[in-house]
Parts: sequence; structure tokens; C-alpha cells
Amino acid sequence: MSSPVPSVPRLIMAPLLALAFTAPANADVAEVVDSHILPALTDFADATEQLDSAAQADCTAKALRPAYHTAFDAWGPLADLRLGPSENGALSVVFWPDARGFTPKALRQILGSDDAGMLTPEAFSDASIAARGLMALDMMLYDPAFADYGPQDRACALVQAISADLARQAVALETGWDAFAPKLRAPGGDGNAQFQDASEALRAIYTQITASLEFTADTRLGGPLGTFDRPRPRRAEAWRSQRSLPNVLNVARAAHAMAQALADHPLPETDEALEAVERAGAAIADPSFQNITDLQARLKVEVLQQAVRALKLSITTEVGAELGISAGFNAQDGD
Amino acid sequence: MTSRRAFLATLLAAGAAPRLGWADVGQPAYLAAAREPDGGFALFGLDEAGADMFRVPLPARGHAGAAHPTRAEAVAFARRPGRFALVVDCASGTVRHNLTPPEGLNFNGHGAFSPDGAVLFTSEQMADTSAGRIGMWDVRGGYRRIGAVDSGGIGPHDLRLMPDGLKLVIANGGIATDPATRDKLNLTTMRPNLTYLTLEGALAEQLDPLAGLHQNSIRHLALGADGTVGVAMQWQGEDGAAPPLIALHRPGRAALEPAEAPLEDELTMKGYAGSIAISGAGSEVAITSPKGGRIHRFAVEDGAFLGHVARADVCGLAPARTGFVASDGHGGLIALEGDRTRPLARQDRNWDNHLVALRG
Repeated sequence: MSSPVPSVPRLIMAPLLALAFTAPANADVAEVVDSHILPALTDFADATEQLDSAAQADCTAKALRPAYHTAFDAWGPLADLRLGPSENGALSVVFWPDARGFTPKALRQILGSDDAGMLTPEAFSDASIAARGLMALDMMLYDPAFADYGPQDRACALVQAISADLARQAVALETGWDAFAPKLRAPGGDGNAQFQDASEALRAIYTQITASLEFTADTRLGGPLGTFDRPRPRRAEAWRSQRSLPNVLNVARAAHAMAQALADHPLPETDEALEAVERAGAAIADPSFQNITDLQARLKVEVLQQAVRALKLSITTEVGAELGISAGFNAQDGD
Repeated sequence: MTSRRAFLATLLAAGAAPRLGWADVGQPAYLAAAREPDGGFALFGLDEAGADMFRVPLPARGHAGAAHPTRAEAVAFARRPGRFALVVDCASGTVRHNLTPPEGLNFNGHGAFSPDGAVLFTSEQMADTSAGRIGMWDVRGGYRRIGAVDSGGIGPHDLRLMPDGLKLVIANGGIATDPATRDKLNLTTMRPNLTYLTLEGALAEQLDPLAGLHQNSIRHLALGADGTVGVAMQWQGEDGAAPPLIALHRPGRAALEPAEAPLEDELTMKGYAGSIAISGAGSEVAITSPKGGRIHRFAVEDGAFLGHVARADVCGLAPARTGFVASDGHGGLIALEGDRTRPLARQDRNWDNHLVALRG
């Protein structure tokens, strides 16, 4: 005999969109991989190779800054990918946010040592990820406590090691992605437990786009905005090198480009939303967001944050809903 | 001995009356709850390869289940703070009993049976203070409430019967919650612990959280055949701290020992472990992070990090014959065998938090 079933209030949930078993042709995913990700990896490898050459030629902060900016710009289209080789690999290219100050600590530790062997390419690839990558350069090239070094100083050798390591990381990412890309292009098969079918590969790419825009709104912009009573300008990304705004715009453009590559239809609302992001960015006077203690300046960053959220919403509507992609069931849950 | 304890001792000695056993429903290897495409919920029995063996509809989303050691009977617990647990007859697909905790107590999503199946133990907390209780239910008497004992901490979550059948091990999460909103009330002062109780409810042993990590809520447990207890944690402190999410209590040791992954891997887990299991062979312990979409594997012997597996929304994890099986919110089941992974199945449903292994 079965007991009466209790009347438990049903969870009111967002309409469950059917899982995309009848996934659209996987050409869309291949398009993102082949027209967006792989070319960006090549560009980044070129830019870091130039950074490495420039650092070996003249390591001083002032001389190296242009090559640093070129490399950071080239990172934009890849910055928020957390798939395959980029899942772990991205963090040693840009170690951020760094609320606990791991990077200055790790740099000081290396600078305080006289072990030359620590700075060889092999040894440096085992260094703390906080001492590696573009955020380490942001500090070495722009922070007054670090940037005032000469060609004979250990800091010079450290900057050369960071640059050479970045070039190696770029090659490793490119090689890794060449091996990983077939899993996305042709999902399924007995060895592919990550993507059992086309819908899983599609969702993985789509999630990269939405997660990137969420991270930008919540952390790249929400971090420095803090609360109205307590703005936190030092929580802006790469504020020392004034890259906070350029990074926001670069990743927003990348999200738009990936969404367009993924969808096989026009995205008028998404196009407009990106234009709104560009307009909001153009209105901001200080690209490092260090002036947001000023009310007018703060409002402009808030407008940009809203524009980024609107871009995500447009992509959710025009791409996600269209492709029948649902959000994670457990990831947003807890317990 | 109190009269309650004496009564409990009688029950534990008497054992459970026979009914249809697990063999009668085809000897399923796993139990897992899921949301179905129509928005309803069900409990599934799965074979070793991940194929469905039975399906029992549930009235609401569950959290975890407990399988009776002999009867083809499972208890599906509501998500916390839960007011119901359903005793499901896996042979007929009907709900036999609807358990409700006494007034002022809530179920916390997990439960375990005594070795002979005579008593069901349930993880509970006082609604007003979050003080932990382990509820006891007389199985033969139709899952009649016998009583409850102190769990040894605040906000208990997972609990398991130790392999020797003599003790319960309890994850006291340490978090006090608002009964109405689930808001966390004591994050700055919280102090989780790992508690062992005898089956009569007496405190046998209690372990502190890892040093300096009192904000690492101890939530889920895994057992090795030798009595090693794997502990999975959820970080409640500052973002980006990348604390260890797994600790081991090895038999005879006086403290929990962390197992850590490299910083970049820990950061990718987002401070959250959803499930933990020790491999069928006993050599590996693994945790899932649905928030990070990955599984981390460690060596039981020395806690060394063995690698990660990427899988979106992965949460359920259970031992397989030698390795592991993992389930995810997109309906997938995958097998892990050392470094190798293999897809098992993909169903049009969302697997819920936990995958419960039935002991063969």
C-alpha cells in the first residue's frame, strides 16, 4: 500500500528549455573554433614572440610597454576561454583577480633571491602562476615599486623570463588547442567523455560566451565599483597599465564575435547591444577606472556595466533560446 | 542505559523482516534522482553501465538517497531544509512511507541505515538554532520515529555508516541558517567538525576542521573499505582563496589531512565540492565541482593530486567496480578509470546532486 504523497510545493522554475538533442549542425561550433579561437591563438603567439624579442633587446619598462600592450590586446579574444587547454592555461597568462596580493609577494620573493637558475625558461615555467604572465608584467612595467630598474638589475632578467615564458605558454596553448579542437568539432565517440554529442559541444562554447560577459559585469566592472559608499578602484583589472577599459571592450567584442560565429542567423539585437557597449566605453575618461570615487565617473562605469549585461541578455535571447540551450542544473544550486 | 538506548539495542539485534530484495529488482548498481523533461522528478535505479533499471516518480526535487541494505527500498530526502523523506518501494514503484521530522526539526538531505537495516538514521537540524540532530527511525515498525541524538555540531549534512558497521560518521557543516530563507548566519564564527557516533548515539570521536580553515564547511563524505573517510568541503570565506576542498581521515589518525591540487586547479573548482567518492579499488579519492565543471582525483595513500576531468555541471560521483562513475545536470553519465574517461550514457533528464552506490 503506498502512503499518500505529500503536497510539496513544486519549485517554480524558469521554463525548462528542451535539451538540444536535435542540435543544429555542428558547423557552428567548428566555425567558432576555426574562425575565432585558432586564429586568435596564432595572433597571441605572434604577439608574445615579439614581446619576448623586445624584452631580450631592451628589458627596461619604458621600452617594453608597447609590446606588452600589443600582447594584452591579442589576449582579448582568448581571455575568458576556460575550455580544454585554456581551462588551466589561462590563469598563468592572466592571474587575476588577485585579492590576496599573490603577485607582488611572488615577484618580491624572486627579486629577493640571487638564484639565477630560477629564471631559466624551464625553471620559470614551474614558478608560482602569480609571478607569471601579463599581470606580473603589469606590475613590473608600471608599478613605481618595481618599474624603476636598469638593464643590469635582476628585475630585468625577471621581465625577460616572464616575457619568454609568455611566448612559450602561447605556443603550448596553440599546440594544445590543435589537439583539443577535434573533440569540439566532432564530439561523441568512445574516448570523448567531455562532449558526448553535438549539443554538449555547443553548450560548452555558448557557456564560454555568457560566463565571459558575467565575469566582466560582476568582476571587471563590479569589482572596482564596489558599493556606492565604498568604491574599490584598485580592484580594476590591470589598472596600473590603464588596461581596465580596453580589456572590457576587447572581451565584449570577442563575446559578440563568438556569438555571431555560433549562430547561423543575423543577430540584430546583439549587434546593437555591442554598439551600446562601445558608446558607453567611449564616454569613460579614465581607462583605469581610478576616478570612480567621483560620482559622474562612477555613473559612466555603471552605464557600461549595464550595457555589458544587456549584451549578455541579447545573446541569451538571440542565440541561447534559439539553439535551445538550458543553464546548468547543479552548478547554480548548492549543497 | 536509557530506555531509548535499550530499545534501540533490541531493534538493532532483531534485524529486519525479509521483503523483496535488491536482487528482485535486478541488482541495480546505483540510485540517482533526476528532473525529467516535463519538469517532474523521479528516482532511478541504474546498472553498472548506466542503463535504467527502474523509475519511481517523486513529488518534488530530492537531494540524496539512502538504500536499505537488503530490502529493495530507498529513502529519498528532500532538499534542505526538508520536511519530508519518502520511503520508496523500488519493486512496485510506490511510496511506502512519508517521513516527517518532529516539529521544530528539518531534514538536511542525507541518511543512512544500520547494517541490518533495522534503523534509519537521518541528518537533521533544529529549525531555530541549526543545532544538529541525528533522527532514528524503526524500520520494521513502519519507519516509526524512535528519537534523536545530538549530531555533535551545527548544520549536519552527509552521514554514513562506517564499514565496520559500528559507528556513524557525520559531516557537521558548521553553518547556521535562517530557517525561512536559508541565509547563512554565522560565516565569520562557523566551525565545522567530523563526528563519529556509536549506533546508540554516543559520541565516539570528533575532529576539528583543517587548521586555519574554519570557513571550509564539511559537507559530504566517502568511505574506503579500510575505514578511511574522505571529506569534501565547500569554502565560505573570501573568493579566490583556493583552499583545499578535500581532506582525509585515515584510521587511527588524530586529525584531518588535506589533499591539495595546484593553485590554478583549485581556483577552477571555485571553492566548491559537490560530491566525493573513493574509487572501487580504494586507491583514489575524487571530488566533483558542478560550479567548475570538473572532477579532481587524488591518491588516497599520500593525498597527491592525480589530475582533473572536465565535464559540464558534473556533480554525482560514486565508486565503480575499480574506478568511479559521475553524473551531471545535462543527463550524462561517464566512467573514470585512472587517467581514462569513457562516456556511459546520456539521457534526456537532469541528474541531481548525488549518485548513490548500492553495495553488491
